[in-house]
Amino acid sequence: MLRTIASRLGTALPSLAGVVVVTFLLTRVLPGDPAAYFAGPVASPEAIAQIRAELGLDQPLLAQFARYLGDLARGDLGVSLTTGQPVLADIAARLPASIELTLLGLLLAVCTAVPLGVLAALRQGSWIDHLCRLVTTAGVSLPVFFTGLLAVYVFYFLLGWSPAPLGRLDSFMSEPARVTGFFLVDSALAGDGETFRAALAQLLLPAITLAVFALAPLARITRASMLAALSADFVRTARASGLNGRTVVLRYAFRNAMLPVLTTLGMVFSFLLGANVLVEKVFAWPGIGSYAVEALIASDFAPVQGFVLIMAILYILLNLFIDLLYGLVDPRMKEG
Amino acid sequence: MEMPLLDVRDLTVEFATRRGTVQAVKRVNLSIGKGETLGVVGESGSGKSVTSYAVMRILDRAGRIAEGAVSFSGIALRELPEREMQDLRGREISMIFQNPRAALNPIRSVGRQIADVLLQHGQATRANARAKAIEALTQVRIARPEERYDAYPFELSGGMCQRVVIALALACRPRLLIADEPTTGLDVTTQKVVMELVTELTRERGMSTLLITHDLGLAAAYCDRVAVMEKGVVVEQAEAAAIFRAPAHPYTRRLMRATPRPGAGLRDLLPQEAPRPADPPPDPRQGEALLEVAGLVKEYSRGGGLLGRLAGRAAPAPFRAVDGLSFTVRRGESLGLVGESGCGKSTTSMMVMRLLDPTAGSIRLKGQEISGIPARGFASSPLRSRIQMVFQDPTDSLNPRLTAARAIADPILRMGTARGAALRARVEELAGLVGLPRPLLDRFPHQLSGGQKARVGIARAIALDPELVILDEPTAALDVSVQAVVLNLLQDLKLRLGMSYLFVSHDLHVVRLLCDRVIVMRQGRVVEEGPVEQVLEAPRADYTRELLAAIPHPPV
Repeated sequence: MLRTIASRLGTALPSLAGVVVVTFLLTRVLPGDPAAYFAGPVASPEAIAQIRAELGLDQPLLAQFARYLGDLARGDLGVSLTTGQPVLADIAARLPASIELTLLGLLLAVCTAVPLGVLAALRQGSWIDHLCRLVTTAGVSLPVFFTGLLAVYVFYFLLGWSPAPLGRLDSFMSEPARVTGFFLVDSALAGDGETFRAALAQLLLPAITLAVFALAPLARITRASMLAALSADFVRTARASGLNGRTVVLRYAFRNAMLPVLTTLGMVFSFLLGANVLVEKVFAWPGIGSYAVEALIASDFAPVQGFVLIMAILYILLNLFIDLLYGLVDPRMKEG
Repeated sequence: MEMPLLDVRDLTVEFATRRGTVQAVKRVNLSIGKGETLGVVGESGSGKSVTSYAVMRILDRAGRIAEGAVSFSGIALRELPEREMQDLRGREISMIFQNPRAALNPIRSVGRQIADVLLQHGQATRANARAKAIEALTQVRIARPEERYDAYPFELSGGMCQRVVIALALACRPRLLIADEPTTGLDVTTQKVVMELVTELTRERGMSTLLITHDLGLAAAYCDRVAVMEKGVVVEQAEAAAIFRAPAHPYTRRLMRATPRPGAGLRDLLPQEAPRPADPPPDPRQGEALLEVAGLVKEYSRGGGLLGRLAGRAAPAPFRAVDGLSFTVRRGESLGLVGESGCGKSTTSMMVMRLLDPTAGSIRLKGQEISGIPARGFASSPLRSRIQMVFQDPTDSLNPRLTAARAIADPILRMGTARGAALRARVEELAGLVGLPRPLLDRFPHQLSGGQKARVGIARAIALDPELVILDEPTAALDVSVQAVVLNLLQDLKLRLGMSYLFVSHDLHVVRLLCDRVIVMRQGRVVEEGPVEQVLEAPRADYTRELLAAIPHPPV
């Protein structure tokens, strides 16, 4: 097991190196001059030149890259010009917010999509199959900012069931003592029921918005792979051996059908983590997606580079995790 | 007369399709006595498998029993509530299937799959399920059953998987075993072992067996009585010995005629003596060496991997799929390459075809060394058109998005020798040669029958007037009657166009029909080589004798 992990991590190193190079180049290629941006609209050319020298932007590209690598080796992702904070600290503060939101969204999506897909496959052509088709079509065709705004309009403005969509906690509440950075976990650890409820109330609407979006691919893959598994030869053998319906569906068909779902899950997760910017914007969620977009608009290199790098590492770790999980479920994966 | 164990009366099965209802089985009557083995024989689409699924009530959702009665030891199965039917399946009536590896759950250990069935039918408790499953594995003579309990299907060979499926079927000691093509896709020697195992176990327990097969030889060798099905109808039913001695129905006669057997020549397989064009005079160049293969070796490295090499471990000795093979194909000759799966015959044909680079050895075509041309570059070599191939699966070897005409034209377009009207004319000429009716040329593969697809594959292979055609089990996926026609077609084409064949097959009887000489291969080496009559009539190697003895054939 340890050897598998080591070898998988080993194969990830080249892609990581590639990400470092590409992010560096990409941010240099982007239009906009950060020095001019920070000097302000009325700055003199001398002032701009001075800022450029301070940022090291007057150096040749290779020298800039060498400096960047040296900083990276020391765990220094640079300083954000917009917030004035080290990028690593900014990301560390904001990443848990994004992960908490994404995980809950994904959990909701899986809990809905998998049963829906399985039932749709078992009762092909029934009302639940049509429901599945409707939900998946709606999930992919409605953009998240629209579902998000609609949810806010209905549940906050019209019904008043939900608190104001303004971040992770009501402004009158104080954050729980930081252990994991996940408010739900931290408040539960502190035994603070009130904060837990408040954090959950804030989290629910954006999480549902994400879930609606993530549901579509999961439900579709579940339905398709369940149909394939149900018509497989080994399911026929199981039925011909008199195994009862539950065993056939759950132990034989479902477990086999879960393999492609697992792969899709990994893809959906990494996609959501980076792409939930719109949801973060709608709900004023202090996550890393909105952080990266703001930095990008400001031509602020360091946060963008840091964001891409962290996402790449997360993506690699996540895929490693999915691979290992696959190995646990599918004995054929242990070899090779 | 004693009441039969299974009695099927006027069984009619319908399938709902997009083009309306189709009757797959029409008023079929069958009965099996206690301890009796009934063979149901027929070609694809005859409804033989559907009949058995209907008896088990495991038809897929589109199918339903429209009419008739099925009674098993006095119980009316058609009317039985699903719960009770489920209880009968696996305990009283069980099934074994073709393609045993796919018939087992790929991600559950084989022992636990057997335990599942034992637990379901109350034949074991959680405490002793493992022991009982191991006992079931022991009975099908699986070596080291304790270890095999935890094995997954992908870790076992095809024959071993079929033993597991048999263990699964017999675990609860049922009274009736339905075997649906149990040995299709297995090697002949494995087929013999599996069939003998089934026969012995069922006889020992006084069980009845319904053996469904397309192979008349198999039915003749292992059944007491045989029912012949054609297009959903039982056309003849009699004692096995009687039916082969004096087949009453024309379809049975046709089927028997088409089955390759000792003593029957290629032309004997056809329904009647069809008028054939006189064989053209032999090519004056006949007999000169066309393909010379010497010391051919193909090695595959075994695992190791980058990490292992970094850790300084020595790589395991490479696996030799082909181990120093030498042979010659002369002009106008057909050479058979025979062996069981894994003997290296396909690897050899791939290397000769220049789709795979040999590790060592030489391949000379018309005296010209071609083993040095890398496989990936051979497609652009002018020699490419000299060697062509007919593939094993006529369906999978055709691009589903190309029409028959386009598929046949493909090699011509690639070599750029003709286009436009000339191309169409050439395609029509080729279609005429292989006997493919012209209106079928614009159809897609899924609109063609198996035999028609085989003809398209052959037309494509001969489109560039090759001198050597490699036939890789070209009839393995076809029904016997179609096989007979296709084999005759191949022989006619060879004589007319003066080609040479390298015929790769596992079936010695089929090879005998088409080949002048034969090479028997095992583990990458030549076991025996000689004229086809000598090898089949008086084999020198023990392995050849073993292979020949394993092929069941009708007693005619």
